[in-house]
Amino acid sequence: MSDTTATLSPRYTVGIDLGTTHCALSWVDTHTSDGEKVAQGVLEIPQLTGPGAVEGKSLLPSFMYLPHASEMAPGDLALPWAAAQDFAVGELARTRGAATPIRLVSSAKSWLCHPGVDRRGPILPVDAPEEVQRVSPLEASIRYLSHLKAAWDQQHPEAPLAQQDVTVTIPASFDPAARELTAEAAQAAGFAHLTLLEEPQAALYSWIERSSGQWRKQVRQGDILLVVDVGGGTTDLSLMAVLERDGNLELQRVAVGEHILLGGDNMDLALAYGVARKLAAEGKQLDPWQTRALAHACRSAKETLFSDPAVMAVPVVVPSRGSKLIGGSIRTEVTRQELEQTLLEGFFPPAAVSDQPISRARAALTQLGLPYAQDAAITRHLAAFLTRQRGATAQLEGLGSSLPEAATFLHPTAVLFNGGVLKSGAIAERVLATLNGWLQAEGAAPARLLAGADLDLAVARGAAYYGYVRRGRGVRIRGGTAQAYYVAVESSMPAIPGMEPPIQALCLAPFGMEEGSEATLPAQEFGLVVGEPVHFRFFGSSVRRQDQVGTTLDFWAPDELHELQAIEAHLPAQGRTAGEVVRVRLHARITETGVLELEALPVGGTERWKVEFDARSDAQP
Amino acid sequence: MGRIALAISSFFAIISRPDFAASVAQLRDGVPAPVPTPAPAPVAAPVPTPPAAPVWQAPPETAALQLLGLLQRDARFVDFIEQDVAAFSDADIGGAARVVHEGCRKVLREHFTIATVRTEAEGSRITLPAGFDAAAVRVTGNVVGQPPFTGTLVHQGWRVSASRLPKLAQGHDASVLAPAEVEL
Repeated sequence: MSDTTATLSPRYTVGIDLGTTHCALSWVDTHTSDGEKVAQGVLEIPQLTGPGAVEGKSLLPSFMYLPHASEMAPGDLALPWAAAQDFAVGELARTRGAATPIRLVSSAKSWLCHPGVDRRGPILPVDAPEEVQRVSPLEASIRYLSHLKAAWDQQHPEAPLAQQDVTVTIPASFDPAARELTAEAAQAAGFAHLTLLEEPQAALYSWIERSSGQWRKQVRQGDILLVVDVGGGTTDLSLMAVLERDGNLELQRVAVGEHILLGGDNMDLALAYGVARKLAAEGKQLDPWQTRALAHACRSAKETLFSDPAVMAVPVVVPSRGSKLIGGSIRTEVTRQELEQTLLEGFFPPAAVSDQPISRARAALTQLGLPYAQDAAITRHLAAFLTRQRGATAQLEGLGSSLPEAATFLHPTAVLFNGGVLKSGAIAERVLATLNGWLQAEGAAPARLLAGADLDLAVARGAAYYGYVRRGRGVRIRGGTAQAYYVAVESSMPAIPGMEPPIQALCLAPFGMEEGSEATLPAQEFGLVVGEPVHFRFFGSSVRRQDQVGTTLDFWAPDELHELQAIEAHLPAQGRTAGEVVRVRLHARITETGVLELEALPVGGTERWKVEFDARSDAQP
Repeated sequence: MGRIALAISSFFAIISRPDFAASVAQLRDGVPAPVPTPAPAPVAAPVPTPPAAPVWQAPPETAALQLLGLLQRDARFVDFIEQDVAAFSDADIGGAARVVHEGCRKVLREHFTIATVRTEAEGSRITLPAGFDAAAVRVTGNVVGQPPFTGTLVHQGWRVSASRLPKLAQGHDASVLAPAEVEL
């Protein structure tokens, strides 16, 4: 009976791109898909586009607006599934919020991975006055996901989203705490069958799916694929290797880059500020409203200039705010030279592969704003990433080729672009030309561009396809965790007065742990005080691939290990006296969802206590 | 310019007011309007509904207002039309027209699927078979004899194959095309 199979495995595999600036949902109908012929669609998401007006769009802007009680007429915020709620998400939130930023929640995703703030605490909007009921970054994510869920359930009442296989995407560079918070948000929104997937992998899955089986002809054993994903708010870099095992091509993700908080929105704004400066020089001052309108006009000017090389300048008009449109509008133009100066030279300047991003001091503990990348040059971030990951493929079996001795960086052989920014041909060309310049200097062949990606919806589509692939119906990218994880233990080296005691790093979870797998138990024991939270410093490494559980490091290069949020163990007092010291060992596992979990196991006991990532502010004592 | 404004405001009055539409139809057909009015100005005074006008569809007033609201929001359409252009230079008007053009195009592309009625190039000779759709093709000039008619395609025509206007909440007042804005 088809009914019984339906209850065994859900009919739809659903992919959700929970983006910094946009969300999207795509689905694969497993009942009508067969092998590499996939029945896939993208959900039209009904959302408020004006007060009292609901429209379906394929993208849901990741914005939430918290209106004043008297701001909207009754029913203005009604949705087809909710008669009244006191907030709006989507298109209306974005446009309303542009005029009243103190009530707008934006970039919740970036806040979710910001180590310096309490991510479960009501902190957004940051600039909101006292009377606004703020929400936490976690709560904002829950509301976006809940909106998608309600939209789906309304269109598929027979197959509620809570019962489908849902894959939510995250940046590859998300740290364990941010991954856990994303999973928590999805569970709070009611998704029972949840998996997390890294966005660059999702983009590659989408490319594979769109090739309808032809991908095997476009890549070959030994290929190193570089995925460059420049979205609205973040830039994400990943490397995948094409291996051959038992005569079949396999894909393995071998490295991911750092979290770079820099995306298309920064670029549009930079262009707008450049034009605003030009207007200011002509004596025309813009107010914040006009500056935003200018940014909007500049974005379409950018698209025109990038899509047609013959156009040398595009007129832009900043409309007046009042009803007198003619005469009150400010007219100027964006020239090709300005565009290239601002975007290409500003964000994608020619760089040497030995260049490093201009380094910044470790984020201050009291920092309130988002930690935007200090160096806007994405080419330099790319150079540093490839150099740091020079050895990423050294131990890989089945690659069939190896990097020349003299290579100073890992040589990608093919490139896949993702994200709206790279729709601009000139930007994509610049990235590819820069990379190929580095390759040529080391005598390597130029990297090929993998064509045919849908840059806006690829992540959601790829995530839905991944859910389908997980059922064994297509090639799967292997990879596991892209970092090894370490806990700090006090060193036995003699302490020097006035200096912080030296620490060692004990490996708890090796590189490349797959979902649903457990690390072995290290021998090292820790004393935990019952009833008192104990903090440990926690580290990750994206380059130490050989360390096994129990490996203890006395020394490491500055860029080998980076400190993550502290972890916190809290032993409940029941059955013990408070203040008693219990010997425990720390154990790591990766859940089926794809979240790192740490547990404290008492020596000689059978209990397990969860060790939490400290998602609260570092600033607290 | 006055005639353009009249034409545009009449267009929307025809869409939104059945009685007005009926009188314009009569005027066009050469039947004198039932009430002696100097001209069917948009603000035209009370025109009694013709007594036994049989099957007039009721034009969806809300949809007309909604479209006007979208054109105002995205294209500043009402602002543009309501402003007197006489005092401005062509450069000023042209600058504003860019805003209106870009916005109108966005509204049209987002909310309607529009295609030409005839796919042949304008200026080419085409033949209309007997029983051609008179609503979709209008014959002009030397209209005599029986179809098939052969003539020159002067205008390709436009046809909407799908329209997607936003759904409105119960009781939403669509007559506010743009709310007054007060910055606090």
